[in-house]
Amino acid sequence: MLKNYFKIAIAVLRRRKFFTFISLFGISLTLTVLMVLAAFIEKVTNPVYPGDKNSRSLYIKRLTYTSKKGWINSGGSSFYFLTHYAGSLKTRVKMAIVSSNTSSNAYVNNKKIVIDMKYTNADLWNIANYQFIEGKPFTPDQINKADRVAVISERTRNEYFGDAVTVVGKYIEADNISYRITGVIKNVPEIEEVFYANMFLPYTVAKSDYRNKDFWGDYSAILLAPSEQLVTKMHTEYEQMVTRIPIPDNMKKDFDTLHSDADTYFETFTRGFFGNADNAGYARFLLFMSLFVLLFMLLPTVNLVNVNITRIMERSSEIGVRKAFGASSKTLVYQFITENIILTILGGIIGVILTIIILQVINSSGFIPDLDLTINPVVLLYSLLACLFFGLLSGVYPAWRMSRLNVVTALKAQ
Amino acid sequence: MIRLQNIEKVYRTDTIETLALNSISLDVAKGEFLSIMGPSGCGKSTLLNIMGLLDTPSKGDIRISDQKTDHLSDKQLAQFRNQKLGFIFQSYHLINDLQVLDNVELPLLYRNTTAKERKELATEALAKVGLSNRIKHFPTQLSGGQRQRVAIARAIVGRPEIILADEPTGNLDSAMGNEIMDILINLNRNEGTTIVMVTHDENMAHKTHRLVRLFDGSQVQ
Repeated sequence: MLKNYFKIAIAVLRRRKFFTFISLFGISLTLTVLMVLAAFIEKVTNPVYPGDKNSRSLYIKRLTYTSKKGWINSGGSSFYFLTHYAGSLKTRVKMAIVSSNTSSNAYVNNKKIVIDMKYTNADLWNIANYQFIEGKPFTPDQINKADRVAVISERTRNEYFGDAVTVVGKYIEADNISYRITGVIKNVPEIEEVFYANMFLPYTVAKSDYRNKDFWGDYSAILLAPSEQLVTKMHTEYEQMVTRIPIPDNMKKDFDTLHSDADTYFETFTRGFFGNADNAGYARFLLFMSLFVLLFMLLPTVNLVNVNITRIMERSSEIGVRKAFGASSKTLVYQFITENIILTILGGIIGVILTIIILQVINSSGFIPDLDLTINPVVLLYSLLACLFFGLLSGVYPAWRMSRLNVVTALKAQ
Repeated sequence: MIRLQNIEKVYRTDTIETLALNSISLDVAKGEFLSIMGPSGCGKSTLLNIMGLLDTPSKGDIRISDQKTDHLSDKQLAQFRNQKLGFIFQSYHLINDLQVLDNVELPLLYRNTTAKERKELATEALAKVGLSNRIKHFPTQLSGGQRQRVAIARAIVGRPEIILADEPTGNLDSAMGNEIMDILINLNRNEGTTIVMVTHDENMAHKTHRLVRLFDGSQVQ
């Protein structure tokens, strides 16, 4: 029976090539867009390298002042704020403090090289698992002594010194200052903002004074909890502590509340796009994504329903014959839905192939350097399930209409 | 085998009521070959469709193999047609996307048969109509006479007790028509299949056991 359905499904697909193309194009393109998007979101929100302790980590990025009048002022945190307050948490075991990136131009053989620099403390090397191609990180002692030392990325090494050259102990110049290289790390994609840089330097050599007691500054912190189970406790402890932080005198005039959140890596993104100082935006993100996926998949579904109804009219003689020779309405509904699922699964397979190709093209294009997008097996499974679901959905109504056709009318239609 | 009692069929629209069949009573005996004749629009095909349970009468009673059929559900009707009846249509109604063998196997799909059994029975039916060498062809690759023979093979593959043929030679030239008629006569003689045939052709009708004539929905002979 299934073999017969399969034969007829393939024959129907081949009969009206344009309709088939439109249907398959709709299904496969939708799935491709969703899977590429999912791969991108996964990469952005779940950095495997070097953030392998993500499940134990919380991130402090923004510091916001609000007033009852509705004023909001937001910025990064200062080194002082992070060490003084976040540093006093009892639950955490380590705290990396990293600046946002500043760009510096270097010239080698008349060629401009852009170097993104990040200032950090020593705990970054303990929390993030950077892979050292050569050398090692700078030490706490070197940081305390404000030594001009640097860890550089493989790309910067290749651009500045040439490929496969040993560079530990050599000097690299940025902003007219020479830094001695202590290590070279494997490249990190730019989209992993907290972990990405071409050159890491001790915070003690930063131009801005890290001892400045303003709360606002250019730094973020990564807090590492002793275990995954204690992340929530660490979050609560920080949340409670923030309520006790006094607002600086120079801010009291305009603002009455200070907000600083310890978010998961994922929440740092949702808060940025869907949340605010009080809300991490996680629920809004989920709602937005669900609606987006639903609407995005609804389009090819409606298209399929339309195409299917048109096809029914072409097949009324076949429906009449099948009914005359013993097919019940239920059997015909089953047949038509099976055919539709075959079509959507075919579209799904094309979608997966297209996704693999597109991810390959994005990865090799250098559009986002060092990005390595892959198909997530869970996303793939959900995509195929969604495909099956929408295949059913787009088949049920046309199948129901088809099964209700009167045999005599159906036979006369030819 | 088939008993029709006071069958009426009325087609109604908002403004008009058309009486397609007017109080038809008819008995078809087991093993009989009956032909129905009459001018276009006299209700021949409607009567055949009602006999084949493809359409329902507005009034009257139908019994097939001593079984009343008016209370059967969609599923039971489908099963009944599948087991008892075979249909041959003027315009063949083959599924052009399927090969000849798959077309002939069609009624068996709705029974509990294995693929092997289906293939054997369909091959056998095609041999009876002389089309053993065309099983892998598609209907569009066959002549009109060959297509009608495929349709006959499809009608007989499930070994139904009754075959209902709606102008089976209507689209064929006389030589082809005679060939088809010979197959039907042999089927009736050798297998004892009851056949009811609607036709416009007096010659064909006179080859059957009995002739019923309709005029404006009423039986006149």
